[in-house]
Amino acid sequence: MTSKACTHEKIVSNGAISELRRICAKILCHTQNLEYSDDDLFAIQLAIEEAIVNAVKHGNKQDPARDVIIEYDLTPEKVDIRVTDQGRGFDPDSLEDPRLGDNIYKTDGRGVLLMRSYMDSVEYNELGNSVRMTKFNSKPR
Amino acid sequence: MEEVKPRISVYYAQNASVVTLADEKILDDEDIKALEDSIMPLIDNAVNLVIDFSNVRFLSSAVLGLLIRISKRINENKGRLKLCSISPRIYDIFKITRLDEIFEIYPDVKKAMQTLK
Repeated sequence: MTSKACTHEKIVSNGAISELRRICAKILCHTQNLEYSDDDLFAIQLAIEEAIVNAVKHGNKQDPARDVIIEYDLTPEKVDIRVTDQGRGFDPDSLEDPRLGDNIYKTDGRGVLLMRSYMDSVEYNELGNSVRMTKFNSKPR
Repeated sequence: MEEVKPRISVYYAQNASVVTLADEKILDDEDIKALEDSIMPLIDNAVNLVIDFSNVRFLSSAVLGLLIRISKRINENKGRLKLCSISPRIYDIFKITRLDEIFEIYPDVKKAMQTLK
């Protein structure tokens, strides 16, 4: 396998944020080898960070017995990442816009907005416990 | 200069405390809690605060929550909060969340301090 080969992996983690951040670092390392820009890497890291924090805190309710599953497909053209928790899910359309009214003074609730802003596509499954995020390589090829 | 390793360095100038965030990445709950524990005592006495982001290259939305808690405490104490030296990538996070509209953000410490005279 060369450093620019496509990578697919599915990792079931014990749901500890430190371990999930190590997986995030591994994804970024692969992505860097695929010659994505620094802006793309920043966006991907931020989106994964927000997704794993949501999975552990809001999805799994910080229950150490629950896993988080990270699955990714990395190619020179696009990065596809799915983060799934073992929680009850939620309706992403019911989230209040953190930019509006008094919401702007709230201390949380901005993670999904950032994921949607920095990735090209963010989709939840029907249950709402799994998010798939896609980022296209912005470097001209 | 007082230093609280490895989170912040603090100095006092004119009528403000100037806090420089030391870490390049601010993510962990423990890091954010440590920052909060370091900064909150500085603003308990109606002090103005400048937070210098010049070392920060990455942060998550959890840090934005901390900044809002700091801002509320400062407002309660009739102080003023200024942010400065935020890199373009981090500044984009403020713009996307529209927090650039509620925080006073300056290019550097000097310009932030000038507004406190």
